[in-house]
Amino acid sequence: MSSPVPAPTGARSDVEVLASSNDTGYRSFRAGGFHFQRDAYFARVEWPGGRHVMQIDVFLRAIMRDVSWGFFYGVVNFDGVLGTINHYGEVTLFAGRFNEAYRDAGRDHEERFQSPALMAIFKEMLNDWTNEGYDPFAAPMETGVAWGHKNGFNTAAVERQRVTATRMVSLPDDTPLRTDASGYPVNRHFADVPQDEPNVEVEPGFEAEVGAFNLFAYLSRSDVTWNPSVCSVVGESLFCPTSEEFVLPIEHGNDRVEWFLQLSDEITWDVKDKETGKPRARVIARAGDMCCMPADIRHQGYSTKRSMLLVWENASATIPDLIARGEAPVVPVKF
Amino acid sequence: MLTTRFGSLQDFQKGGVEPIDDDPKNYVFSNLFEVAGRAAPYARTAIAKNFQYVIEAVRAEGTSGWYTCAHDEFALCMDGEVEVHLIKLSRPEDIAEVGSEGARRLADGMPEGRKMGRVIIRRGHMALLPKGSAYRFQAAHPSALAIQTLDGPETLHRWADICQTTAS
Ligand SMILES: [Fe+2]
Repeated sequence: MSSPVPAPTGARSDVEVLASSNDTGYRSFRAGGFHFQRDAYFARVEWPGGRHVMQIDVFLRAIMRDVSWGFFYGVVNFDGVLGTINHYGEVTLFAGRFNEAYRDAGRDHEERFQSPALMAIFKEMLNDWTNEGYDPFAAPMETGVAWGHKNGFNTAAVERQRVTATRMVSLPDDTPLRTDASGYPVNRHFADVPQDEPNVEVEPGFEAEVGAFNLFAYLSRSDVTWNPSVCSVVGESLFCPTSEEFVLPIEHGNDRVEWFLQLSDEITWDVKDKETGKPRARVIARAGDMCCMPADIRHQGYSTKRSMLLVWENASATIPDLIARGEAPVVPVKF
Repeated sequence: MLTTRFGSLQDFQKGGVEPIDDDPKNYVFSNLFEVAGRAAPYARTAIAKNFQYVIEAVRAEGTSGWYTCAHDEFALCMDGEVEVHLIKLSRPEDIAEVGSEGARRLADGMPEGRKMGRVIIRRGHMALLPKGSAYRFQAAHPSALAIQTLDGPETLHRWADICQTTAS
C-alpha cells in the first residue's frame, strides 16, 4: 500500500469499457487480452487461449475486495483460476497462474498492468455489474441478490474505502468512532456486545496523547464483512480488525507473513499451497487464539456467527524487495 | 439473540491446527488467555512476531512496574479491567534511547514528571501508551492484555512452550 513504485517495466495500460448488451443491460470490459462479460448468473472471462466462468455473486464479492484494498498484499485469488498479483505500482492479472493443472498443461496466462489502469477498469466493472440493493461487502443475509439483468446501481456501496487510522481510532484528528448517529448501528449478531467506553482522565495539554476507545463496540458496528481496517499504528505494524460473516470472498496468497488474533467466536481457515492450490491444513480459531499464516500459502476463512478478527500486518515497504531476494522468512518464528 | 463468545482467563476454548500436509509449527498457534494465565503477572510474552514487531500477551494482576518506550505502544484489554497511569518523562531518552525498540522498565519508585492522565480499560477497550511517557498498569483482579509493540528487552520468547507442535 505505502510502497515505492518500481521502475517502469513495460506494463500495459490498455483497458476499455465496451458497449452494454441489449439482452442483459450490462457492459463488457477489456483489460489487455482479458475480456469480461456478465449475464444474469455469471461472470464470463476470456483471454488468449482460455476462458473461465464464475458465479456473479462470488466474482463481485472478490473484485470488491481487490478494488477496495488497492490489490492488497501479494496474491488475491478470486477463485482457483482468476486473480491478481500486487507489485505495488504494477499489477499482474492472471488465469491459472496458481493452479497446478493449468501450469502443468502450460495453459496459464498472465498480463502485467500499470496499477491505475487496471484499477480504473475494475472499478467501472464493479460499478456497472452491481445492481441497486446488492452490496458485495455485506453478509449475504444482510443484502439483496446479485442475480438478474441490469437494474440500477449501488455506487455508494462499491466506492467504500478501507478505513485507516493514522495513530489510533478516536484520537483527535484521527478516524472517528462509529455511532448510531454516524450511520453505524450495532450489527444484529453483536447485539449483546457492551457499548461502554473506557474512563479517560486527561490532564490539560495531553489531550492528543491520552486516549482509549472500545474496539469491540467499534467492530460490533461495522457494516461490512471481511474488510480489515487499520485501528492502531506502531511504525509499520498495523492492527487491522474486521468483522467476519459467511466466507472470505478471496483466497489470499499473501507475499508476507500475516497474523490472526481471534477476538470473538470462531473462524475455520482452509489453507492451501500458494503455488499449487493443494490443501495443507485447516485451522480452527476461537476467541484468544493467535496464529500466523505463512508466506507460502493461500487462506480462506468461514464464519457462521459474525465474529471479530484482528488481522495483524507488517506494511513495511522493504518486504517486497526482501521477498524478491528470497530473504523474507516464510514462517516468522522457528522453534 | 445470538451470544457473542469472547474468551477470558477463566473460560476459553482453544482451537488448533489440523494439518493435512503440513507441520503445525508453521502456524505458531497459541492462545492469549492460556499464555497470560500461565505467565507471571506483567511478564510480556510474545505470541506473534513479524520482523521487529511483536504482540505480547500479559496478565495484569496487582500493580506493575513503570515502563517507557521510544515509540507508541497500544494495550488491548482482552479480559477484566486494567487501570493505566501515564506520566510525561522529562528525559525519556535516558531510559529508552531514541530509535530503540520495545519497552524499557524503569527503576523502582515513582518516575519524575508531569501527570498526563489515567485510563481505565475493560474488555475490548484499547489504550494508547504514548511514546516518551512512563506508564504502569494496575488490576484488582486477574486481567489480560494484548500489547502492540516492538521486540525489546522485556519481551519473552517461549514459543516451544506456548505453541502447538503436533497435530491436534
Ligand atoms: Fe490474508
